[in-house]
Amino acid sequence: MRENFFASRSGIVVVGVIIGISAAWLQYLGNPANMGICVACMERDIVGALGFHRASVAQYLRPEIMGFVLGSFFVSLLAGDYRPRGGSGTLIRFFLGMFAMIGALVFLGCPWRALLRLAGGDGNAIFGLLGLIAGVFLGVQFLKRGYNLGRSYPQHRASGWVFPALMVVLLFLLVFRVSFSPGGPIFFSEKGPGSQHAPLLVSLAAGVIIGGLAQRSRFCTMGAIRDVILIRDFHLLSGVGALVAGALIMNIVLGQFKPGFTGQPVAHDNQLWNFLGMALAGLAFVLAGGCPGRQLFLSGEGDMDAAIFVLGMMVGAAVAHNLNFASSPVGIAPFAPIAVLAGFVFCFVVGLTQRERLNL
Amino acid sequence: MGARRVDARGLSCPQPVIMVDRALKEGNGHLEVLVDNEVSKENVLRFLNKRGFHTEVEEEVGSIVIKAMK
Repeated sequence: MRENFFASRSGIVVVGVIIGISAAWLQYLGNPANMGICVACMERDIVGALGFHRASVAQYLRPEIMGFVLGSFFVSLLAGDYRPRGGSGTLIRFFLGMFAMIGALVFLGCPWRALLRLAGGDGNAIFGLLGLIAGVFLGVQFLKRGYNLGRSYPQHRASGWVFPALMVVLLFLLVFRVSFSPGGPIFFSEKGPGSQHAPLLVSLAAGVIIGGLAQRSRFCTMGAIRDVILIRDFHLLSGVGALVAGALIMNIVLGQFKPGFTGQPVAHDNQLWNFLGMALAGLAFVLAGGCPGRQLFLSGEGDMDAAIFVLGMMVGAAVAHNLNFASSPVGIAPFAPIAVLAGFVFCFVVGLTQRERLNL
Repeated sequence: MGARRVDARGLSCPQPVIMVDRALKEGNGHLEVLVDNEVSKENVLRFLNKRGFHTEVEEEVGSIVIKAMK
């Protein structure tokens, strides 16, 4: 049996460094500041480009996301990890994804961006990361009490192609800048973060490479914290640490490191809601078994439940912008507290009720 | 003494590791863990090896059997 180098300690550190350097470099080449890679923001931009929300500053078909799924898809096929499966708490995962996105958009970033914001000197990210840790800690308490969404079951081989195929369609719409009606989608932001992006091919290539590496190494930002709390395992955390180190060094080299709390790019300094937004996201990620990046990589290798979580996140982005839950650099939105509270209630009910007895 | 059998097929991380942890806490020193994917295999092996278990892996169609002894 061939050993998987990327599943070793050195392997995951190498992957973390590559992700960190790529993210900072993508920012240098045009992606929004401290947003070289942000799974939540980028999915939100895709949803906006399709017209499912109309926040005109957040509309672009981000090729990094397509690359993540396709890279994982190809590498899993080559490595024999491709395994179509589904049927584990599917609808619940959809809503976990939705509330994870709502929480992330109150903070203004997923765990990946929280790490990149930290590496860019944004002090507000500290409160988001503390929230993430608190949310994961809460989720682990449910895991310890027997929480699980049940077993998944093998599915037909072709069913795992559906999600990668969707990514190919999105890529097609991006490359040909398809317009479905005058003044209608596909939308491309003319100002704001949605208008800022690295060249298409660079973004796509970075996405494919990271998708492939992350599939092999099982890189997961939520899992990193969960494993430390649950089983005192620092394996995944070493990858996350390497990401921050790689991005930090690259940011300093490229002159992108700007320490402070105020005036940080696409961020607000309402620390209570930075904390609570990310805590909700962290809790939802634990209950769904992976951070938003990991859910994309799993979708690529045939996990249809992870794909449903991603679709839930996308709907969550539309909901967050249409119903005024999503924050802006000015601060949180009027209905954000209610949405976050509803998310916590949902996660608690799920955490307490989904306790199928597993026959060991 | 027979091995304690842990069937973690169809479960994703961290469930297989939690189940193995529970079996260890019951005082079992001889385990036979069934998983159905590489990630679970890697995670369970890492968990058991760190706790001083000697492990052996047998791959069958549709499942991977990890035998562990103290």
